[in-house]
Amino acid sequence: MDLSVQIGSLRLKNPLIAASGCFGYGVEYADVVDLSSLGGVAVKGLFLNEREGHPPPRIVETPAGMVNAIGLQGIGVRRFVDEKLPELRARNVTVIVNVCGTSVDEYAEVSRILSDAEGVHAIELNISCPNIKEGGIQFGCSLAGTYDVVSAVRKVTRLPLIPKLTPNVTDVASFARASQDAGADAVSLVNTFLAMVLDIETRRPMISNGMGGLSGPAIRPIAVRMVYECRQAVKIPIVGMGGIANARDALEFMVAGATAVQVGTANFVDPLIWDKLLDGMMQYMERHQISRIAEIVGTVNDHAHP
Amino acid sequence: MPVDVAAEILANRRLSADYNVLSLHAPALAAAARPGQFVMIKVGAHHDPLLRRPFSVFEVLRSSDGTPIGITLLSKRIGPSTTLIYNASPGERAACLGPLGKPFTIVDPPVEAWMVAGGVGLAPFATLAETLRARQVKTTLFYGARRGEELFYLDFFRSLGVELILTTEDGSAGERGRIVAPLDRMLRSRPASAPVMLYACGPEGMLAATARTAAKYSRPCQVSVERVMGCGMGGCYSCVVPMLGDDGRFHHVRSCLAGPVLPAEQIRWD
Repeated sequence: MDLSVQIGSLRLKNPLIAASGCFGYGVEYADVVDLSSLGGVAVKGLFLNEREGHPPPRIVETPAGMVNAIGLQGIGVRRFVDEKLPELRARNVTVIVNVCGTSVDEYAEVSRILSDAEGVHAIELNISCPNIKEGGIQFGCSLAGTYDVVSAVRKVTRLPLIPKLTPNVTDVASFARASQDAGADAVSLVNTFLAMVLDIETRRPMISNGMGGLSGPAIRPIAVRMVYECRQAVKIPIVGMGGIANARDALEFMVAGATAVQVGTANFVDPLIWDKLLDGMMQYMERHQISRIAEIVGTVNDHAHP
Repeated sequence: MPVDVAAEILANRRLSADYNVLSLHAPALAAAARPGQFVMIKVGAHHDPLLRRPFSVFEVLRSSDGTPIGITLLSKRIGPSTTLIYNASPGERAACLGPLGKPFTIVDPPVEAWMVAGGVGLAPFATLAETLRARQVKTTLFYGARRGEELFYLDFFRSLGVELILTTEDGSAGERGRIVAPLDRMLRSRPASAPVMLYACGPEGMLAATARTAAKYSRPCQVSVERVMGCGMGGCYSCVVPMLGDDGRFHHVRSCLAGPVLPAEQIRWD
């Protein structure tokens, strides 16, 4: 059985990637997960400098989901390269670094530093974080902004480049197209849906930032739809995510058009989910006599269920 | 190293209309757990509520020959997850990940141990008291609750030789008021030459007041903090506490990894 998939020049041993912002820098999970058994690890978003993020409370649970506004707390790209990357390298982790910026120049500079570091396998461009005042989603909500960031980073790196798209737009496929036109090797989607939870007794928001991003099983059908739309719009591979909680969900994204998938919130619930996801995928392949998992990518039969 | 088990619920004892003690079969976890460490729990496989919840290990259950076979959790019903835990039945299973986090630093004689508990914050002190007794540390429990019926396990602590100082908000048992009042009095009258380590767990206001009181009398204090926690593993960055760093500035530190037991004097109490 061949579980491997191809994202640009990057070959993943299987389609499962730990989603950025949900897996720390990967090393946090090294005691309980064989990190090299994952297709990849997308580490927490990095700016040029350290960031403290928002004050707590930072998350609140919702029906079949959660809303977070962490505020991209992080150690900055240089400390990541010095303090985290050596251990990830030693553990043979396929490292995808989520790159953030408050300006096009910052995205490019962080990406350039990572391109010079040994052990970074791909760059995921975070143009979709809904929770920070500057940067992130302001690029991801404008077609020109998306094009500018992706093409600027394209000039400084030969690493596979994967813009992470926001679902908080009317037509996500047009952003996939802009990314492709700007030289992206793939796109990943979806980031979280901008959301809000209030305490009706105090009439105050439940998290310090007021609004935050909704993730978890609650968003899955919308995310699957968006992956499906992007599949029709672009030729580059898609990394799908949004509420995957089991192998069925991961396979659904692949059938809809995702070459690989990311799992985030479900890892909070079950940090040992990875083997279970792989087992479920292999059982599916056996049941359907599929030898290469890549065969199922984008194979939606558009005739509705009877 | 933490383990994740689908732990069988051995018993669920309701202590009151809100409090219960859940017993879980988890031998490896029980053997590894140190006082102050926690587990992440979820009863049932539903998506709502979705996340696990953090709980201090309350007791370590042992077989007749002393082998650890499980743990108990002290829970107070405050929301959907704790309601599921309150209503759980023996024979059901609970996803249980642990032990997690940094335990209490244990003292030795002649240092005395003063444990300060508020409500469900009693949880980490049962195993701590056992460990301290094994080291023959003179131990006092300052324990505050809303009313007398919500002071639990007093005989357990007495049987370990722990001196009890009790307060209730309605005055129905012990002294009326907050637990920090007797703590302050006893610290004031204690000679500086007599060493004492404070251990505190409870509501945020009580922890902050305990930290201020400890600082006022220049006594070390370890607090077990409780934060909204998504994963318990360092993945989600939700459980941060502002802690004084080596650079003299405050930084958001993940309490699941650096804590839950943290030095009170390094925390910025907002």
